[in-house]
Amino acid sequence: MENKEVLFDYVLRIADNALILGHRVSELCGHGPSLETDIGLTNIALDLVGHARVLLQYAADVEGKGRTDDDLAFLRDIREFKNVLLVEQPNGNFANTIARQFLFDTFNYHFFAALTNSKDENLVAIAKKSIKEVTYHYRYSAEWVIRLGDGTEESHEKMQSALNEIWDYAGEMFVADEVDKQMLAEGIGVDLNAIKALWEERVTAILKEATLDKPEDGWIQKGGKQGKHTEQMGFVLAEIQWMQRAYPGMEW
Amino acid sequence: MENTIENLEAKFQAKLDAEIKIEPKDWMPDKYRKTLVRQISQHAHSEIVGMLPEGNWITRAPSLRRKIGLLAKVQDEGGHGLYLYSAAETLGTSRDQMFEDLNSGKAKYSSIFNYPTLTWADIGAVGWLVDGAAIMNQVMLTRASYGPYARAMVRICKEESFHQRQGYEITMALAQGSPEQKEMAQDALNRWWWPSLMMFGPSDAESTHSAQSMAWKIKRKSNDELRQSFVDATVPQAEFLGLTLPDKDLKWNEERGHYDYGAIDWDEFWQVVKGGGPCNKDRLKVRNKAYNEGAWVREAAMAHAEKRAERKKNN
Repeated sequence: MENKEVLFDYVLRIADNALILGHRVSELCGHGPSLETDIGLTNIALDLVGHARVLLQYAADVEGKGRTDDDLAFLRDIREFKNVLLVEQPNGNFANTIARQFLFDTFNYHFFAALTNSKDENLVAIAKKSIKEVTYHYRYSAEWVIRLGDGTEESHEKMQSALNEIWDYAGEMFVADEVDKQMLAEGIGVDLNAIKALWEERVTAILKEATLDKPEDGWIQKGGKQGKHTEQMGFVLAEIQWMQRAYPGMEW
Repeated sequence: MENTIENLEAKFQAKLDAEIKIEPKDWMPDKYRKTLVRQISQHAHSEIVGMLPEGNWITRAPSLRRKIGLLAKVQDEGGHGLYLYSAAETLGTSRDQMFEDLNSGKAKYSSIFNYPTLTWADIGAVGWLVDGAAIMNQVMLTRASYGPYARAMVRICKEESFHQRQGYEITMALAQGSPEQKEMAQDALNRWWWPSLMMFGPSDAESTHSAQSMAWKIKRKSNDELRQSFVDATVPQAEFLGLTLPDKDLKWNEERGHYDYGAIDWDEFWQVVKGGGPCNKDRLKVRNKAYNEGAWVREAAMAHAEKRAERKKNN
């Protein structure tokens, strides 16, 4: 692949993580366990879709084929989406939502922090602009892991099984493929091994405080970064893309 | 002066007369307190039930810009709910009590949210008309005699007028778009116009709470006055868009200096108020589900906060 194509793919991965997780969280709007969590989660969804938008605008620029952020969000098919499988997993109960969010936010925080040192000025600008919000997410979901883990017997049990269920999807965030390696070599991308160490440290500390057990590492479910998704993803796209597919080529 | 009921009532009335706000710790007649709890909690419930028909389109919004705008709007509604529940709590009720009254169907919320949002154009119509109607009422309430309510309204009004502009802009994009889009906008207007007029409540002659609320300066304008202001403001907006308001009797009355409009179907209004609207059952089902399924989360947060406080005490 040419450099430009690799960069395009790399930016899409970051953008799609934000878009798809933002979509999942936005499904909960108005259905949260309390008004405060409803507002908090909607705010997180809003931030993530906002990040997705600027990243997709940048991806469209990099690609240079005249596509827009909306074209990339609404008119790509499943195999062209490059988000990790973790973020497309369904919301489940509140513990499932928080487990997915915590594992991702912890990664995303360290990822964005590292991205501020990229040689790509655009990525640096986006990372610097988003880091405040990403830091807020990182704190918010960790606090909820602690509350649920160290809350009641019921919440502890639910939080533990949510972590156990989702754990196999966490590993993919740290598996570097050719795109990751090339971007790292060029000083644009982030060193996923370094992020993994920081992630492990934080996750271990939070789970300890939450009196939860860290699940055993088993299979790593992966493929999202290469566009090989779970069956969930088709329905996610059907919903996100419905209007643009039903009414092509219109301004909204 | 002794604190006899007569004296307290006189003091209360003197404050109302002098346009001094009534504050939570002030003495107030029981009925004033009850009226406020009913009205403020009803208003708060409308905000959070209102999140549902609009939230319905977040995941399907047609562009990223619209998705972001809608998410921000619905988040604001949640925030408004929060200020209003807090204002109601200053009158001695609790959030749990208010939620239980909502979930059991005892407390009401604005009937407009019992209509479904069927197409994207409905999101435009809701912002333009429903928020537009709400603002008429809310601007008046920034001058309500109860301090915490009036102050909550000041904040809410700023955000609502932004929402209304956003709704109008969504509708404008459709009205200036393809024939299909224009038809979608007209269809939404046809469905939302009359329910929006009903939002102001029964006409003055039929309204049970109005006279007392005006005497207490909670309300400053009658339902019919507010409705008229809304019609007068909206007709030119619809004309500008090239859309037609679905009322053949709508016409400018030179003598009155207002638009005349056709008869409102009050049977439909009462049917929806009493639970027979298209979405009443769904809305309550969703609220009950969120509340009941969220109980373990709220309990966990309480238990954790207690554990934390306990540990702090022992350290």
